Amino acid sequence: MNIKSATLGSLAAMLMASSAIAVDIKLGVLNDRSGIYADLSGEGSVVAARMAIEDFEAATKGINVEVISADHQNKPDVASTIARQWYDEEGVDLIVDVPTSSAALAVNEITREKGKIFLNSGAASTDLTGAQCAPGTGHWTYDTYALANGTGKAMVESGNKNWYFLTADYAFGHSLEENTTKVVEAAGGTVMGSVRHPFPGTDFSSFLLQAQASGADVIGLANAGGDTVNSIKQAAEFGITQAGQALAGLLIFITDVHALGLETAQGLVLTEAFYWDLNDDTRAWSERFSTEMGGSKPTMVHAGVYSAVTHYLKGVEAAGSKETEVVMDWMKSNPSQDPVFGAGELRADGRHIHDMYLFQVKSPAESTGAWDYYKLLATIPAATAFRPLEDGGCALVE
Amino acid sequence: MFELLGIPPQALFGQLLLGLINGSFYALLSLGLAVIFGLLNIINFSHGAQYMMGAFVAWMGLTYLGIPYWGALVIVPLAVGATGVLIERLMISRLYHLDHLYGLFLTFGLALIIQGLFRNSFGVSGLPYSIPPQLSGGQNLGFMFLPNYRAWVVLASLIVCFGTWFAIERTRLGAYLRAATENPTLVGAFGINVPRMITLTYGFGVALAAFAGVLAAPIYSVNPNMGADLIIVVFAVVVIGGMGSILGAILTGFGLGIVEGLTKVFYPEASSVAIFVIMAIVLLFKPAGLFGRTA
Amino acid sequence: MSVSTETAYSSAADAMPVGTPRHHIIIFTGLLVLLLIAPFVLYPVFIMKILCFALFASALNLLLGFGGLLSFGHAAFFGSASYVAAHAAKVWGLTPEVAILLGTLAAAFLGLIIGALAIRRQGIYFAMVTLAFAQMVFFLALQAPFTGGEDGIQAVPRGNLFGLLSLADDRTLYFVVLLIVFGGLLAIYRIIHSPFGQVLKAIRDNEARSISLGYKVNRYKLAVFVMSAALAGMAGATKALVFQLASLTDVYWSMSGEVVLMTLLGGMGTIFGPLVGAAVIVTMQNYFASFGAWVTILQGAIFVVSVLLFREGIVGVLARWLKKPL
Repeated sequence: MNIKSATLGSLAAMLMASSAIAVDIKLGVLNDRSGIYADLSGEGSVVAARMAIEDFEAATKGINVEVISADHQNKPDVASTIARQWYDEEGVDLIVDVPTSSAALAVNEITREKGKIFLNSGAASTDLTGAQCAPGTGHWTYDTYALANGTGKAMVESGNKNWYFLTADYAFGHSLEENTTKVVEAAGGTVMGSVRHPFPGTDFSSFLLQAQASGADVIGLANAGGDTVNSIKQAAEFGITQAGQALAGLLIFITDVHALGLETAQGLVLTEAFYWDLNDDTRAWSERFSTEMGGSKPTMVHAGVYSAVTHYLKGVEAAGSKETEVVMDWMKSNPSQDPVFGAGELRADGRHIHDMYLFQVKSPAESTGAWDYYKLLATIPAATAFRPLEDGGCALVE
Repeated sequence: MFELLGIPPQALFGQLLLGLINGSFYALLSLGLAVIFGLLNIINFSHGAQYMMGAFVAWMGLTYLGIPYWGALVIVPLAVGATGVLIERLMISRLYHLDHLYGLFLTFGLALIIQGLFRNSFGVSGLPYSIPPQLSGGQNLGFMFLPNYRAWVVLASLIVCFGTWFAIERTRLGAYLRAATENPTLVGAFGINVPRMITLTYGFGVALAAFAGVLAAPIYSVNPNMGADLIIVVFAVVVIGGMGSILGAILTGFGLGIVEGLTKVFYPEASSVAIFVIMAIVLLFKPAGLFGRTA
Repeated sequence: MSVSTETAYSSAADAMPVGTPRHHIIIFTGLLVLLLIAPFVLYPVFIMKILCFALFASALNLLLGFGGLLSFGHAAFFGSASYVAAHAAKVWGLTPEVAILLGTLAAAFLGLIIGALAIRRQGIYFAMVTLAFAQMVFFLALQAPFTGGEDGIQAVPRGNLFGLLSLADDRTLYFVVLLIVFGGLLAIYRIIHSPFGQVLKAIRDNEARSISLGYKVNRYKLAVFVMSAALAGMAGATKALVFQLASLTDVYWSMSGEVVLMTLLGGMGTIFGPLVGAAVIVTMQNYFASFGAWVTILQGAIFVVSVLLFREGIVGVLARWLKKPL
């Protein structure tokens, strides 16, 4: 029945051709609203999605978008239950955001089964556009490859050749370590060893001392969220950074830096897809975001939601329908353009590519005010920032 | 340079010392649990949440009222202990005639409520709390760099633990307390207000948890989940030590911290299960725990 | 369990006459009819979730309400069974009924090991020991290669029942789940009312006297522990097929807490209490899913209120009003 009505819809759209369209869309923002990633996704992603709809003037173009949201608590089971219910019962057409790889992969599977659209901004797993890529899935903002590639390469090129990893002992940590190892070795560096810490951990001092004893130039933090924040704090406490070893955060968001404070986080090198203070467009957009969010600046995940929803709405307008195949076709064959990521492109495997940036966290003295945290070290062009299309093993790529 | 099982001795000393630091927290928390259990016969499941409250109240005191670390170290345990007194008077005291399980259910529910409220108000990203200026920096011990604050944690924990032990085992008040554990009716007959003593004991146990929370605030990030998983490890510590003696709780806490520290060097992947494995072994050979009396 | 303490295990249930009381047959039949109609009115996946948790809570209740043993680590059995079933269905390509069976067996085996150690301690110690072992299982699930770490095992195929009947459709699966869960519930009912169940209740109420009567108390305790673990495993394995997912949530300690809450709220030691408790808690979680930490706060509040004012649970209170064991 769904297929039938969808076909009818697209037929009707074709008949109407370029005349005004009338499409009702239900967009679900599914992310963490109470847990560890609530600050970097959460309500901000809902705000970003609404801003995209307003800026597109969707309503005047005959596209009525209703936005709903839910908390997946970073659990794959909760995410899959909500996604299933949204598609089956609520008539949701697309789900956006979904941080936490495990939850994202779960939603990816349900979306594939139900033939809907899933635009991910918050999750890191390269599997979304690799082994488990799906026709309706777009992975928008970043992934473990892009992070490892940005930070790993830059650190080696700046002379920090010997690496030691502090790795969270679960799938995500292992894959981050593996990705970064490849990048480091390809760039001419060596990996001297790694230590795996329990996840989640509270005390990292023991592992940090082992990393210190290795004598490596760089300690790569292949962990996330609270684990990363605690490792950085404790590295500062044990005088590891002061003694000359550099820390490389492989998954750090501006909200983490905000929580750590510049005193502790200074000097950290990291890769992000977005920073509010990049150019006039990002500053203007972030300013609007800030006013709606009580002063906090957007993260790259928020920016990614805005960019993804904008491109999707363009697709719906051009196709005159919300049918998954038609809209995804349009999105993949036309470049994206928006104030947050600039120019971009959605590849056949569902990977959205755009420039990535290598930043260093400022010292308290360099910072001129609230949220003035990063200085730009390098821009990684879209073409080299992400995993090459043919390396992912995605079945959608011929 | 000689090596022990492939680990240079410097690294080993360092890890032993770190284990001792972790053990300080285990000791403080298991001591609180043991004191409460001794007199009230309930397992205080909200102990982890109360430890978290200690850290949060210290943070709030600093942020909203400007109370420095040293003030917090005294005021926070009193404040959180007072909430414990309230909880005991209003709720726990109604359960003494029931099966002990209900005490466990009640405190488990309280833990959920406390953690939920803090999560709603402060999120879970964690809040920064800086090390007091008097204790910043550290000493180079040759085999490792020991932050002054960590040394202070061990010292403070030792002082408080042995102070508590002394008060309970060597003073008149402690004698009443121990007597009331054995036979509350008889002690009451001697004119001692047993219910009040029970209330204050619970408050004291909670205050110990809060004290540990304040100690933890500068080194671990202050976040609503900080006590949630720790409490289960501390339960295992308590099972290993046995509930029989105060000294047992203290020694097991420090000892297991060290053992855990060693596994982090020799077999880091297993460090989170080490304590549970020890618990299984102890249960096999000495079901009452290392220091426990066979009940 | 000391003699002086007072428990709220439904005393009505103890005075059970021999044979199956007629009102139990009526309730079971009514329930079955309701559940047969339900998937045509309500969202089938939602009812299947309630059913799985109803079985899980009933399994815990067998141990807690009738054996007097509080396991605070039942998630270990629920979760490990769901991992085994998911792995069997996905990687080994086995049919769903074999996958569920393997999951159940795995949980029973784990129950045998943990149970044998845990029954060496009594009362609250028992609860803490089970909790600690469950946490150990959690860490193993996090690190073992086949569990997929925090991703869990995803996209588990529902497969074809006996290799013939496709379970991809929600309603078809629903009736299979209903059959499994109802079978499990009837098995529990049978256990409770068998001579074995009578001995269990005797041990629960007065362990010392049971020993003096010549019962090998520890054997009974271990047996009921293993049965409870196996049934909890059956619930977990079924859930893995319904949601096509086995994840860390299923082995985490909060899951153990949740199932205790369901049992407590519905009524410990009643037959239908855990079903009611599961329905209420699952519905609440569903309804409050978008309100963040309020789910946790509310669950905590229900715990506190149940303990302070409502120790017999919903069904326990009903049973007292109706003066009939439920």
